[in-house]
Amino acid sequence: MGSLIKYIIRFALFMLVQVFVLDRIHLNQMVTPYIYFLFILWLPFNMNRNLQLLVAFLFGFTLDSFRHNPGFHAAACVLIAYIRPYFVNILIPQEGADGNYDEPSVKSMGGMLPYFIYVGALTIIHHAWLFLLEAWQFGSVWYFLLKTLFATAISLLLIIITELLFVRKQRFRTNTA
Amino acid sequence: MLPNSQPPQFQIPRVVRNIFLFIRRYFTFLFFLLLQGFSIYLIVHYNTYHNAVFSSATGQLTGKINEQYNKVEDYFYLKKTNDSLVKANERLYNKLKQDFQLPDTVSKQVVDTIKIDSIAQYRKYTYLQAPVIQNSVSSQANFIVLGRGRAQQLKEGMGLVDINNGVVGVITEVSNDYAVAMSLMHKNSQLDGKLLKSGETGTVTWDGVTPNILSISRIPKSVKVAAGDTIISSGNSTSTLPKGMILGVVTEVTPDKSTNNYQIKFKTAADFYNLQYVYAIDDSQQEAIKQLLEKAKQKDKQQ
Repeated sequence: MGSLIKYIIRFALFMLVQVFVLDRIHLNQMVTPYIYFLFILWLPFNMNRNLQLLVAFLFGFTLDSFRHNPGFHAAACVLIAYIRPYFVNILIPQEGADGNYDEPSVKSMGGMLPYFIYVGALTIIHHAWLFLLEAWQFGSVWYFLLKTLFATAISLLLIIITELLFVRKQRFRTNTA
Repeated sequence: MLPNSQPPQFQIPRVVRNIFLFIRRYFTFLFFLLLQGFSIYLIVHYNTYHNAVFSSATGQLTGKINEQYNKVEDYFYLKKTNDSLVKANERLYNKLKQDFQLPDTVSKQVVDTIKIDSIAQYRKYTYLQAPVIQNSVSSQANFIVLGRGRAQQLKEGMGLVDINNGVVGVITEVSNDYAVAMSLMHKNSQLDGKLLKSGETGTVTWDGVTPNILSISRIPKSVKVAAGDTIISSGNSTSTLPKGMILGVVTEVTPDKSTNNYQIKFKTAADFYNLQYVYAIDDSQQEAIKQLLEKAKQKDKQQ
């Protein structure tokens, strides 16, 4: 129950920060700061996969409604929500670590490297799919590649800042408790 | 199949059972495909079908949230808004009748009115002010959300100008209390523009890359164009924009090698990075013109 409220608050906060802070920063056409999808990366390990997809769709759709362009972010969010469990399975080192902690973090994934590979890979996939859908009619490959690269860089920077500022308490869940 | 596992009267055919097993086995993947497909369906069909239920329901909700935010944000722009209002006032004062001396027997052309006979004048255009509650410039499909809607006389197809008569966009969707306008910086935006000096008309579009820079096409090489020339709205687009609203100032003219036309780039007159208030322009004759056009088209079909 407590964790449900936590995720609802997180949903609202990520959405508000994305719409009212980051979307109002106009750095350059190439550099669009995105951080909202971190919500999906932080969803719990043991959540039902279909539910994850549905939550990701709703999350992306909410952002789309604010931007009056339905579909783009919903598609990207659903894609990373679908791919996420495969990355978790590959990157978690020892058997059962995903049962010991609630959600992906530096601690639960056993170190900086696996966690940042997880975040980096999903960020690139999210941005690539999003900008590919957006750039469908334009067809300029270089524009698409550069935009993905810049946006990924700034997203990763934002994620690192977020991780440093907001330390998530990770409880170790044991079977004996 | 295990024959003894279930009673014989409920025996399901093998094919159906396999289909059910397949769906259960790959349900997550199928669900993923369904959601992706639905998203892409929304992307593809949104521009052509204006789904009234979707846009007005979500528009009403997000509009409310945006309005709250805008109430706070407005304070930061008070000084700038004030400055532009003073400028607009100055311009309007200069248009007052008492500032002009009318030489006798000279007819006067007024942009805002239509002359039916020499004495009576009817109002053709009405300016309706609307606050901008959300505006984007960084994507390839930029929209402007206005805090005024159908209940406050806004209609689809109305042209928008900023405080200094610089064109901003065209209203595409209206809900009860909010309206969404397609900004000039939208890859599907198409308006008729006109060179102020020579009167040549062309189509104004945006390339989706550089903000505040638009291009106008179909201007033949025979026309003299230079950087610094003004581009105005032509008044014959499908929107209600009157003739003479400023679109922008030419920055770059390059001859197109393959055709007989110039490629002209120009900087927009309106500053899209800082829009606080805009005017929607209502054309009271638009309905009449539309009906006439429909009539003409029907006659054309019959022949």
